[in-house]
Amino acid sequence: MDGEELTAQQTALYDRQIRVWGVDAQKRLSKAQILVSGLNGTSVEFCKNIVLAGVGSLTLMDDRLVTEDALQANFLIPRDETVYSGRSLSELCCESLRDFNPMVRVLAEKGDLAQCEMEFLDKFDVVVVTGCSLKTKIEINEKCRKRAKRIAFYAIECRDSCGEIFVDLQNYTYAQKKSDGTAECHLSYPSLEDAILIPWRNLPRKVSKLYFAMRVIEKFELSEGRNPGELSNFDLPAVLKQRKELCDAQSLNESHVPETLLERILVAGPMLYPPVCPILGGILGQEVIKAISGKGDPLKNFFYFDAADGKGVIEDISNPSSI
Amino acid sequence: MVGAGGIGCELLKTLALSGFQDVHIIDMDTIEVSNLNRQFLFRQSHVGQSKAKVARDAVLKFMPQINITPYHANVKDPGFNVDFFKQFNVVLNGLDNLDARRHVNRLCLAAEVPLIESGTTGFLGQVTVHIKGRTECYECQPKPTPKTYPVCTITSTPSKFVHCIVWAKDLLFAKLFGDKKQENDLFVSAGDGSDSEKPTDIFERGSDEDHEQYGRKIYNHVFGYSIEVALANEETWKSRRRPNPIFLKDVLPERLILQNGNLEKNFLTEDLPLSAMSSVGLSNPQDVWSLADNSRIFLEALRLFFGRREKEIGNLTFDKDDQLAVEFVTSAANIRASSFGISLHSLFDAKGIAGNIVHAVATTNAIIAGLIVIEAIKVLQADFQNCRMTYCLEHPARKMLLMPVEPFEANKSCYVCSETPLLLEVNTRTSTLRDFVDRIVKNKLGMSFPLIMQGATLIFEVGDDLEEDVAANYALNLDKVLVELPTPVSSGTMLTVEDLQQELSCHINIKHREEFDEDKEPDKMVLLGWTAREKESQVVSNGNSTSAAVPAAAEATMKSEEAEVNAEISGTKRKLSEILEATENQEASQILSRPDADNFKNSHELEDDDDDLVVLDNYPETSKKQRLH
Repeated sequence: MDGEELTAQQTALYDRQIRVWGVDAQKRLSKAQILVSGLNGTSVEFCKNIVLAGVGSLTLMDDRLVTEDALQANFLIPRDETVYSGRSLSELCCESLRDFNPMVRVLAEKGDLAQCEMEFLDKFDVVVVTGCSLKTKIEINEKCRKRAKRIAFYAIECRDSCGEIFVDLQNYTYAQKKSDGTAECHLSYPSLEDAILIPWRNLPRKVSKLYFAMRVIEKFELSEGRNPGELSNFDLPAVLKQRKELCDAQSLNESHVPETLLERILVAGPMLYPPVCPILGGILGQEVIKAISGKGDPLKNFFYFDAADGKGVIEDISNPSSI
Repeated sequence: MVGAGGIGCELLKTLALSGFQDVHIIDMDTIEVSNLNRQFLFRQSHVGQSKAKVARDAVLKFMPQINITPYHANVKDPGFNVDFFKQFNVVLNGLDNLDARRHVNRLCLAAEVPLIESGTTGFLGQVTVHIKGRTECYECQPKPTPKTYPVCTITSTPSKFVHCIVWAKDLLFAKLFGDKKQENDLFVSAGDGSDSEKPTDIFERGSDEDHEQYGRKIYNHVFGYSIEVALANEETWKSRRRPNPIFLKDVLPERLILQNGNLEKNFLTEDLPLSAMSSVGLSNPQDVWSLADNSRIFLEALRLFFGRREKEIGNLTFDKDDQLAVEFVTSAANIRASSFGISLHSLFDAKGIAGNIVHAVATTNAIIAGLIVIEAIKVLQADFQNCRMTYCLEHPARKMLLMPVEPFEANKSCYVCSETPLLLEVNTRTSTLRDFVDRIVKNKLGMSFPLIMQGATLIFEVGDDLEEDVAANYALNLDKVLVELPTPVSSGTMLTVEDLQQELSCHINIKHREEFDEDKEPDKMVLLGWTAREKESQVVSNGNSTSAAVPAAAEATMKSEEAEVNAEISGTKRKLSEILEATENQEASQILSRPDADNFKNSHELEDDDDDLVVLDNYPETSKKQRLH
């Protein structure tokens, strides 16, 4: 790390977290540029966390106007129509986030990340997407992987009271602290497309049922041209059909994708269970901090939380040959 | 909610977003700069204001229809009595000290209100649910009380850096800048050639002594002469490394030349706090200074205190946010450490130890807050069967970063929730009632306003409304040794100790014992039936303060034994603590692996046959007898 010291102001503000991850990590954080596309209950939690952590900049992209759905679980938007009327989510969230830490540059960028030029991504070290279709996620992930500089990619989704985080750090090397010193650790992450293409029968035993449920719903959304949160209970029969198709194609028993779980997600529609947002947003925050600072074992490569059983589980969905 | 700090801010926000309508929040603190990295409801402009009030205002901005009643007060105030707690459906703790946690636990038991406890440190955290009659209470698994060090370790035979810090803070700093009337164990007799007939207190400043001279005199006395005197006692050093006396002339020879030199090279502006570091030219709090630099800082800090903060001298207590005080304590501790062959520490590290600073980040608090609200909602729905405890780990254990565990049954020997008598081993001929009250009743039992009875006789109580003669009688009793009390306390006596505010009553059987181990039993009293063994915690004793440097997670999760595997199915038994150790959750496993307690047998369900970590599942029909319903 170069000799640039933290300012006295930074040292005072970040004292408690410097005691967790050290001064060097804090310096790296202060240089990191983050992009978040899609603002909902979960991603705003992430934004709050990353701004408090003291990154260099945070750019928000979400041109949608305020709706009841957008307001749910969102503590960044003042409940005052005179304030929010006619303004985009990214603008409003940006304003609030700046207050949390004046030392972080928070910007609102107009437009749709899916339509952006690839070069646009070069500005960023980390890209987080939420609320968009699988197709868009894959496209953005691919763009990130094509750039010369490594761009860490994360996708996060909360449905009802459960959720998923996907992590792609491409080829990642870091110093892992062990009891007898440090060892260089090398991880190889698959792209989102490659990960979900892995045949289900090749997956580790006892993979979280949420993994399969998400894939079934995603596939269905794709075929219907709908975004996360746009399905409802009416779609259950069709989703069950999709489940059968997928399970047959993958030679997997349908019991791995419980109907109750699918139903739960569909019934919720666009609704999030508010207490799950900080849990997912917190885990994502920690992961991004780890990736930027180079400290700590990053999770590879999927994370699931379900309030029903209270477990927060990491699933490694990658080809053994590529590890 | 009790606490509007790290967990509190996240919790209040999540409660509001989850639809809670009526929240009362108690917090006695005001906002500080170091809070702002995670207590996101607060701004720089709020520094100095009440946390509870500012938190409320911030939440109303995005959730105007919620009712939040803030209390800028100490939850231990008598106003927060059992009737107060009875108003609530659930109590959520976001505290940072054991004392308050125990207090709230007892009130919740008395009021019969479910309590959800939580704690975080760095990346670790946990949430536990306590429902009277259904689960253990917060104190069923004993929590370690803050560590105290034997006086002689601090004054004469330090072996760890923390001992040097305690010496620098509670002895030297207190002696120099604190209340002169306070008792102090520091060795103060002058010895360098002055009249040996009348012992003088070297800390008294002569009228002709300027600050420089005084500083040098103190330095040589505490680091040089005192050590020489201690070395004279051969017995002490028979099996210990001898300390090196340190004199200024050997460390900073140039000082002799600058006798009356004015070292004030810098022009300190009014708004910058006084700092010895900037005077001396050191800027990085993470650096470990040399003995010479530590000595420069020591002298400069002394000079600045006496020169620029004269008015405060005699009234100062150590404050971790007082830059000059931290510099002084760091340098003093380091010089002493150097003397005793203990490694030196940076200001940053020393400040953490001296100030009992808990390291903290926003993400863990956010996660824990979400988990608390999930449990709170179940409590409100009376869905007790599904309540659980959850641990947030730094390293995954069996793929899990968030690990649910079934709540434990109440401990039948818990003196707090099940009225079992305790046993106290004490020398009734040498220990006084005061010793008993301070070390056992207040410290170990955590009672604030105790009442002590022997049979029907009140031998002591605390209260503002006592009659003069009654109060005088109690004062007399305090200084008496136990056997000499009006109603003598000796082997076989049973005392009843009560705290009316906490509505807690507890019986203690007394057993006389002659000898106690000075190191292992510095209190000279042993309380049994409450805990078999206490975990050693690396905490600086701050006198009355009980805010521990032991991770908050440790305070709330001292599980003696965790989930045990169903041996029939898997054939192997592994404790949670072992699993965590194996998965590199060193800190978490230390927290969880404690000796004792055959009382805490739990049985849980296996979710899958190759999972030998026991977690909560959803199949009550296969549950064993001890599982909670």
